[in-house]
Amino acid sequence: MPGNVPITHYLFLSTALFTLGVIGVLARRNIVIILMSIELILNAVNINLVAFSRHLASVSGQAFAVFIIADAAAEAAVGLGIIIAMFRNRGTIQADELDLLKW
Amino acid sequence: MLDQFFFYIFASVILLGGLLTITRRSAVHSAIFLIATLLGIAGLFLHLQAEFLAGVQVILYVGGIMVLFLFVIMLVNLDQAARQRQFNRQWWLALLAAAAVCGEALYGLYRGRGAFTFPGAVPGNMPPNTQAVGNALYQNYMLPFEVASIMLLVAMVGAVVMAKKRL
Repeated sequence: MPGNVPITHYLFLSTALFTLGVIGVLARRNIVIILMSIELILNAVNINLVAFSRHLASVSGQAFAVFIIADAAAEAAVGLGIIIAMFRNRGTIQADELDLLKW
Repeated sequence: MLDQFFFYIFASVILLGGLLTITRRSAVHSAIFLIATLLGIAGLFLHLQAEFLAGVQVILYVGGIMVLFLFVIMLVNLDQAARQRQFNRQWWLALLAAAAVCGEALYGLYRGRGAFTFPGAVPGNMPPNTQAVGNALYQNYMLPFEVASIMLLVAMVGAVVMAKKRL
């Protein structure tokens, strides 16, 4: 066991962070904060990948974490572009006021 | 001993920052606490001997993505939103669903905790981290790396098109 911290502790930490992100995505109204919660979820995944990479002494997990960071950058850029377009057209960024498709 | 100390320090920074990120009223405060969380995760990466990823985390996340977030918060008028209700009407359902997901994951982890011992792994003595990650990225994962670069290009063009005034 590298270090003195068992890997289950990293997995519990990652589960807790993931749950925080899920609560943020499901319960908040502000879309900017929903996007931030998605970043929390992606980072929880990264913690898992890097912890397993360390404990298996294999660098593949870190390579995948690099891909996830690139993914997060792309998602943030497109998401924030959508938010700007939405604010320009509808004048609101509250998720539950965007109900054009609801009847 | 020192390992555990730093792990719990970073873990508490991460969880406290995450909790404050999803509960603050002002989006700027949320962004600041998210930055604290991301820095805590960078520290955790250092603690796991992933130095390259810790650098990428600080430069790309804190220096790039969060600055993008702050720019958008400045472009979008959030004053009115900050005075309104912060959680939607189904927040209790959201809490219930999140608790179900968390409970399921924790139960799985608890049941499978014996499976997380890796007798075959020889930890320590890895090559210098940046070199190892570079070798993995450019040899084993060459195709995914190129696909990721194309994805970034498409996302960049898409973001420019989305944010343009008239299409």
